[in-house]
Amino acid sequence: MEPVRIVTGTAVPLDRSDVDTDQIIPSDWLKQVERTGFEKGLFSEWRDDRDFVLNQEQYAGATILVAGPNFGTGSSREHAVWAIQQYGFRAVISPRFGDIFRNNSTKNGLVPVVVAPEVGEQLLRAIEADPALEITIDVERRTLEAPAIGLVVDFPLDASVQHRFLEGLDDIGITLRQADDITTYETSRPAWFPTTADA
Amino acid sequence: MTAPKTLSQKVWDAHVVSSQPGEPDLLFIDLHLVHEVTSPQAFDGLRLAGRPVRHPELTLATEDHNVPTEHTNLEIADPISRKQVQTLRNNCAEYGIKLHPMNTPGQGIVHIIGPEQGYTMPGMTIVCGDSHTSTHGAFGALAFGIGTSEVEHVLATQTLPQSAAKTLAITVDGDLPVGSTAKDVILAILGRIGTGGGIGSIAEYRGSAIRGLSMEGRMTVCNMSIEAGAKAGLIAPDQVTFDYLEGRAHAPKGAAWDEAVAYWKTLQTDEDATFDQEVVLDAAEIFPHVSWGTNPGQVAPITSRVPNPADIADPGERNAAERALEYMGLTAGTPLKEVAVDTVFIGSCTNGRIEDLRAVADVAKGRRVSSGMRTLVVPGSWAVKQQAEAEGIDRVLVDAGFDWRDPGCSMCLAMNPDKLTVGERAASTSNRNFEGRQGRGGRTHLVSPAVAAATAIAGHFATPEDL
Ligand code: SF4
Repeated sequence: MEPVRIVTGTAVPLDRSDVDTDQIIPSDWLKQVERTGFEKGLFSEWRDDRDFVLNQEQYAGATILVAGPNFGTGSSREHAVWAIQQYGFRAVISPRFGDIFRNNSTKNGLVPVVVAPEVGEQLLRAIEADPALEITIDVERRTLEAPAIGLVVDFPLDASVQHRFLEGLDDIGITLRQADDITTYETSRPAWFPTTADA
Repeated sequence: MTAPKTLSQKVWDAHVVSSQPGEPDLLFIDLHLVHEVTSPQAFDGLRLAGRPVRHPELTLATEDHNVPTEHTNLEIADPISRKQVQTLRNNCAEYGIKLHPMNTPGQGIVHIIGPEQGYTMPGMTIVCGDSHTSTHGAFGALAFGIGTSEVEHVLATQTLPQSAAKTLAITVDGDLPVGSTAKDVILAILGRIGTGGGIGSIAEYRGSAIRGLSMEGRMTVCNMSIEAGAKAGLIAPDQVTFDYLEGRAHAPKGAAWDEAVAYWKTLQTDEDATFDQEVVLDAAEIFPHVSWGTNPGQVAPITSRVPNPADIADPGERNAAERALEYMGLTAGTPLKEVAVDTVFIGSCTNGRIEDLRAVADVAKGRRVSSGMRTLVVPGSWAVKQQAEAEGIDRVLVDAGFDWRDPGCSMCLAMNPDKLTVGERAASTSNRNFEGRQGRGGRTHLVSPAVAAATAIAGHFATPEDL
């Protein structure tokens, strides 16, 4: 994963709550065995509607997605994160994320920014009023800023997750440094725990 | 003296490989379940990095999401699905992983075959690239869904870094009314706490109504933990759990069984342990439920009416309800029992087990499905299918006009040919009523197997008592 320090850009206001991962990328797209090409599947059912926000010209080139609460609930499909990223987004802002989606985001360098519900509302309204509104998400300082509307807020990010973002670290590599601990643990497991070889 | 712990904390603590301040705990994973949809990119990642699978013998694979439910003796017709399934076969062969291919005796939905073959036991950590891994929590296992990057991580290391989750107690006390089932319990819970109510938490289901459920029923409840956003949902093991496990293929035998049971009995939340959040429901008030909207928190008792969004105080929820009614083609105030249904789907990892099919057969016996009704009964696994056939359930269903299929996820998520068409309305025993979940433009209502069966016969939402 590439290091991520700062995301600056304009945003798309997706004013809906409970946007589940089936909406983000419908199941037909999950048949691919590759990791690329999912941008076409992003919100594909909603995109058929000409008025859908992603189809509105004033939001072209945005790098930040602002959504209502409970974004990314539902299925564990990491394809949802790949689709959002491959479409061009680098951060998603919502008052609350589905846990697996949030996890998947951090593994891929997509920044999940949790904000208070009022801040989420304020941002949605501000972007609708001014599609060129510039937003800056600073992973190092854990802040979200939109100077034009005088907004500066902190957002939560676990120190270890932040470190991985800033350094662009590969989780598996980090874990394998603890191979000795894993081996030690393995010797302590009860012998009756199931394996595919035991029946 | 050690501090009192909840069940999930006990299982967690027993799996900590290493713990450092400011870092997530590194947890050992006892069982990794794999299916064709969320694994191909993970295996590619391994290959690219030249890493082996650390414990192929703790990894079990099955084909479920893409497989057709008819003509399963033939190759999969859809070339893209076929390629994905073939990719899983190749990956399992290359890395020495046990796979249950389509149309073979051990095959079925990933969360059905683990328990039925005795892989799922109390006190284990179980993961799968699938959010309904929470199903296995019914045994007192810590089981949760992961993404593809994490699948790769588990394949390579048999561990996962995990940050502590909050604890949520969901207590259901009392006796369920006649006709209410485990599915109604979890739908009522979802109606109460909503799709975000469990986010960041591990739920533990407690109380006499939960204790009174069979293992099948407990799996139905834990299965939909993720619909509340919970990371996992557990039930403490008890005699019901031990009776279910004893004698299963992979369950311990002889002295090991006694040792295991002695350990499992310690897997209870300590009396003075506290939860971060508690919810209590009265079982006596849980009547059969139907979902009316497009998220699983939008549910109501079957005897009630389609809600009026104007009565919802929260503006966000009101807005969501308006959108949902529009998508679902429903008018506020319509009695739910007057809503006509086109298709009934019985199956999925929520309600595709033998007990579910027995409940359907009880209702179907000597009756006929409503004319023009499309029905699909899809057993959760080959073992369930064979058991049902041994009990004559298939004949009861076929005589009543139900369509008896081969196992798989099927219309639960419509990755195979079993799909709803635009505007088609389904009563479904699955777990998600999201827009388009069962086919583009399809309208899904979540119900119990008994309500699904009665609805198939009545032609509109109904309970068995209504027939
Ligand atoms: S039956 Fe449905 S919910 Fe269960 S694993 Fe299959 S697709 Fe997922």
